Amino acid sequence: MKELAAWALNIASQRGATYADVRVIEERSRALATKNGKIGNASDSRSEGFNVRVLIDGAWGFASSRECHRASVESTAARAVDIAKASARVKQSDVSLAPEKAVTAEWTTPHEVDPFSISIEQNLALLQKIDRELRSVSGVTLAETNMNFRREEQWFFSSEGSEIHQTKYTTGAGYVAYSFAGSEIQKRSYPSSFGGQWQNKGYELIDELKLVENARRIGEEAVALHAAEQCPQGVFDIILESSQLGLQIHESVGHPIELDRVLGMEANFAGTSFLTLEKLRTLKYGSELVNVVADARQEHGPGLGTFAFDDEGVPAQCTPIISNGLFTGYLSSRETAPLIGLERSGGTLRAESWNRLPIIRMTNISILPGEQPLTMEQLISSTEHAILFQTNRSWSIDDKRYNFQFGTELGWEIKNGKRTRMLKNPSYSGITTEFWNSMDAICSREEWTLWGTPNCGKGQPQQVMGTGHGAAPARFRKVRVGSAYS
Amino acid sequence: MLTRDQAAEIFSRIRKYATTDEVECLFSGGRSALTRFANNTIHQNMAEENYGISVRTAFGGRTARATTNKFDDESLKDVVSASESLARVQEPDPDLLPMPSPDESEDSGAGTKLPSRYFQETANLTPAERADGVGQIVAIAQKRKFIAAGIFASSEAIEGIFNSRGLSAWHTQTSAEISITMLAEDSSGWQKANSPDIAKLSPAHLAQIAAEKAARSAGPREIAPGKYTVILEPAAVLDTVGFAFYDFGGLAIIDQRSFLNNRIGTRLFGENISIWDDVSHPLQSGSPFDGEGVPRARVQLVEKGVVKRLVYSRGSASKMSRSPYRDKVGPIDATGHGFPIPNEIGEAPMNIVFEKQEEPATVDQMIASTDRGILVTRLWYIREVDPYEKILTGMTRDGTFLIENGKIVCGLRNFRFNQSLIEMLSHVEAMSTPVRTSGEESFDMVVPAMKVRDFNFTEVTRF
Repeated sequence: MKELAAWALNIASQRGATYADVRVIEERSRALATKNGKIGNASDSRSEGFNVRVLIDGAWGFASSRECHRASVESTAARAVDIAKASARVKQSDVSLAPEKAVTAEWTTPHEVDPFSISIEQNLALLQKIDRELRSVSGVTLAETNMNFRREEQWFFSSEGSEIHQTKYTTGAGYVAYSFAGSEIQKRSYPSSFGGQWQNKGYELIDELKLVENARRIGEEAVALHAAEQCPQGVFDIILESSQLGLQIHESVGHPIELDRVLGMEANFAGTSFLTLEKLRTLKYGSELVNVVADARQEHGPGLGTFAFDDEGVPAQCTPIISNGLFTGYLSSRETAPLIGLERSGGTLRAESWNRLPIIRMTNISILPGEQPLTMEQLISSTEHAILFQTNRSWSIDDKRYNFQFGTELGWEIKNGKRTRMLKNPSYSGITTEFWNSMDAICSREEWTLWGTPNCGKGQPQQVMGTGHGAAPARFRKVRVGSAYS
Repeated sequence: MLTRDQAAEIFSRIRKYATTDEVECLFSGGRSALTRFANNTIHQNMAEENYGISVRTAFGGRTARATTNKFDDESLKDVVSASESLARVQEPDPDLLPMPSPDESEDSGAGTKLPSRYFQETANLTPAERADGVGQIVAIAQKRKFIAAGIFASSEAIEGIFNSRGLSAWHTQTSAEISITMLAEDSSGWQKANSPDIAKLSPAHLAQIAAEKAARSAGPREIAPGKYTVILEPAAVLDTVGFAFYDFGGLAIIDQRSFLNNRIGTRLFGENISIWDDVSHPLQSGSPFDGEGVPRARVQLVEKGVVKRLVYSRGSASKMSRSPYRDKVGPIDATGHGFPIPNEIGEAPMNIVFEKQEEPATVDQMIASTDRGILVTRLWYIREVDPYEKILTGMTRDGTFLIENGKIVCGLRNFRFNQSLIEMLSHVEAMSTPVRTSGEESFDMVVPAMKVRDFNFTEVTRF
């Protein structure tokens, strides 16, 4: 790999690059799924290739190829140079990079069991068992299960002398029960919706999720929703269980803190951000209880945003984003950090694969658990009247990340400290900063889960990336509820 | 680019390595480049070349797929072996059909013949030419003291299929795309277009429209949410109606996950709504065969507001003909709309064409006929709130205008909507001539602008 990178870096240097880097990647993935007792998907995929990113005349060029022989590597590097020279024809200023020390490093996702070492028979048998449990409930009209594994091995070389070899493992699994009756389609998912729970770890995640144990309950809840009352409309106190709070963080904290959005670089597609630069260290983003970090370090946990180095060789870091309610940090890269006076990149540049340019992505954007002991049971018992929202069903937010609306699969009315009636089609909406400033309770560490969002889309061409979001159940006061059905 | 002959040679090696009853090979990939600009600067600029081979093996009711982008003998042996390993351990599925034979493929003449969708000028576009196009856009922005952001992309691509029963099909296509956002101090405007033929795209023309929208929406006013008559430009129509069409597959009905459950044959939309799936339409793009190599038929999905029929893969058609729903869904045939097997979705119409009205109206005529309403350029972050009533939520973006007494009065702060798609297509008062349209939330279609009454805006945001 080093030789391959040297071919590319030499061409880039000879043709005038002031900076260049090369990433060589080998990916392997497996997707297994069942649908109503039959195989829904059984596929393996391998992809290999490399890219060359160069900075010439203060402008970027990027080219990639699957052909890893010398002629291809050199012509791809030359193409990146030509592209950078074309970029330089339309610029207002030169790109400059925040300094970063060259490193030589090796890192692998901590894992107990390589997920590809588990037999396909064993995996399919587990999915079929879940499927049988779901469909044992009368009224379940469609049962879907899924299990996904990914291994990505990446070699990174830069013209500054970095040589980094990282191997990442990702495991994910989940299921959905649908029930169609009358004029309604209802569904329940476990452990979360849109693919379940995903983490950067090995097969041990599958055992931790207690998939079979929860299947019948999920099927029963999907059917029971038909008889539940419609979620009321109005202003209510609400409690979000942790996976929904994780998505709330993703949309209303994670995206607006991306510095490329703030600086207008994503204006055509993903949008910009309400977090303009004067708001740093002046905006009261949330209540005193709101503490959010962007933490890619291994000690944060096995999130989809956990790594040792980002895709331009910057070490994983923990950046305080919201500290006791005050907005304190952005997600940055070597290009964007100097534009706001930061001395160093926050280490958040990542690419979907070998054929995509790395861009700023969320790492693990997590709300810290409450310091005072508070279980979910205690949170409910301390609540006079509220609506509890479980498991995301829909999500939408404007292109500056002010106005949001979320729907969940299931709601519960909390009255006088007790969970009472089930509610169907619950939704809530609001304005980001008003919402976070209304948070008046968050559960403590034992209720905190590091959720994985495997499907975050950003960039042109669009790149799908996994992000992590640690969250514990939390309560918010006076939130608008039910407008999705108004 | 990978040629059909090269692919045939690779397939002959794969056949040799396979030990299963049947083997199928999908080829995809090509060369693509995308020049991205923001802050009046090209800030990202990329090119790639990649091809993939996806091998499906099948025997005794079992099937699975494996994919690689390496074509050496060892990689091909590995990909065949991976596919067979995944298939071998499955329980047999009695519904799995044999792979289609050559007389079911496009080469049989049963399929639709397409005009060429490959344009050498598009394929040859250089980074310097794309930069020149971006330069034109930026010059227009700078003249008006705006900031431009967007993309200028071009590509050439192949799509092919071979199976062990002798079926083969091949498609090549080029594509060019320009998307522009013009940012002003407190407003913005947007335009996007794509075509297989770069000669049909004008960066300067699109930039002028986007700039005009940004200028006219400056100083946006806030008005109360509620039900308004809206004029949805084609991109806004595309991004909402796109949420309907995955429900027009036969398997969606068999699975009971479609909003068309118990509604086929009923008048669901207004009488002025007729919709086709037609890959051969001159404004459409894409290959004329599906994930099994079956030719895509031209299908009328909706006629005068009545849902007439669904699209099917071979497997879904076979299942539907034996299902309890078979008498309630109209004609049941393999229409050539299946996704590669195995998959959980089945099929969907991906070449949507709205039928032209006898008396189409221009957007200007729609505005002139509106006492009070809202003109919407583009919608954003649309998600399904209710799968059966097809309630969608989302935001307006990049050019939302108040209309009073037949004229655009001012720009408006953006709204959130919660709107049933069924109701929306029942409240269409006027439509323009359908045009090829590209958005961000759905696949490209041929759709009109629409004037829709009682569109449900539920909240207003801060800009």
